[in-house]
Amino acid sequence: MALISLISMTFIPLLIGFILLYGTFKKVPTYESFVEGGKEGIKIAFQIIPFLVGMLVAISIFRASGALEALMNWVRPFMQTIGIPAEIVPLLLIRPISGTAALGMTSDLIANYGPDSFIGRLASVLQGSTDTTFYVLTVYFGAVGIKKMGDALKVGLLADVAGIIAAIVVVVLIFGTK
Amino acid sequence: MVNYIWVIMTVAGIVFALFNGTMGEVNKAVFDGAKEAVTLCIGLISVLVFWLGMMRIAQESGLLDKLSKLFRPLVKRLFPEVPVHHPAMGYMLSNMISNMFGLGNAATPLGIKAMEELQKLNGGKDTASRSMVTFLAINTASITIVPTTVIAIRMTYHSAAPTEIVVPTIIATVLSAVSAVLIDRYFYYRKSRKG
Repeated sequence: MALISLISMTFIPLLIGFILLYGTFKKVPTYESFVEGGKEGIKIAFQIIPFLVGMLVAISIFRASGALEALMNWVRPFMQTIGIPAEIVPLLLIRPISGTAALGMTSDLIANYGPDSFIGRLASVLQGSTDTTFYVLTVYFGAVGIKKMGDALKVGLLADVAGIIAAIVVVVLIFGTK
Repeated sequence: MVNYIWVIMTVAGIVFALFNGTMGEVNKAVFDGAKEAVTLCIGLISVLVFWLGMMRIAQESGLLDKLSKLFRPLVKRLFPEVPVHHPAMGYMLSNMISNMFGLGNAATPLGIKAMEELQKLNGGKDTASRSMVTFLAINTASITIVPTTVIAIRMTYHSAAPTEIVVPTIIATVLSAVSAVLIDRYFYYRKSRKG
């Protein structure tokens, strides 16, 4: 653990130092390049706003109305018959939609069931091994003005399903169901 | 498809609220959701400016090219439509590497840069190209080596072994990334067979 946190803690500063030294060595006007590149960041951030507002408002309405909860209650029996514990069903449904909500649910599950329980481990692996598909697609396509996503959403959501199945199988095989 | 999902989520929520008596919450959700989106974007400005500035240096010094050369054999197969020397390759690789180390805030700006380069190859159309779909499929599966946030949460709740989920997470995430690529290929070839 000490080693891992050391690596994650030093990785970014080392990377920054390395990029700057390498740039200087290759005679790049580092500061000017940095500023030029940074200007783009502002443009991109503003460009994403409408895409994200549209998506997040829809998600908040869906959640606040209670429709999401109803959907969860509806699919729960089905999930249970295929071996997915009812406790993590809300996390599964929210994971591709909202990153912050999923993080909240993961912390909640870990707090309630304990980090070293089956549910706690499963939530940990699920949280770490998939990403917020809707957010990723909205931000990335929004930044370049793509309006027709093609198969991207279908592919992303099916990959999430594959990731969820993989997470459950791996946790059961490695830790068992206790 | 996004259009339908967007409308369905919103309308289903509103209709549900009508019968469920949650109109007050929905009203609040409209403004809260919009506010959260703007807050998120404002929060992104700082990391976007910093990392895009850094990456400009990395690009001009040839560091990105070096990186893409290293992984060229692998990504060449993943993105057959992108010329091997195109800057998009370097950005996509840096994005994936940042994701692997759980550096989400460094990964997003790089991913956006990669999308911009892919969009140039796409001729500025408003339809996603094949490479974009593949790139985002891999991205949503998000290969993680160090799930830092999860480890932190587990530590907060006094886990006996906060990092014991690292290996399972890596296995699960690799499986999901491989499936993402396979699913992506399946849809692509199905579509190209239809013409």
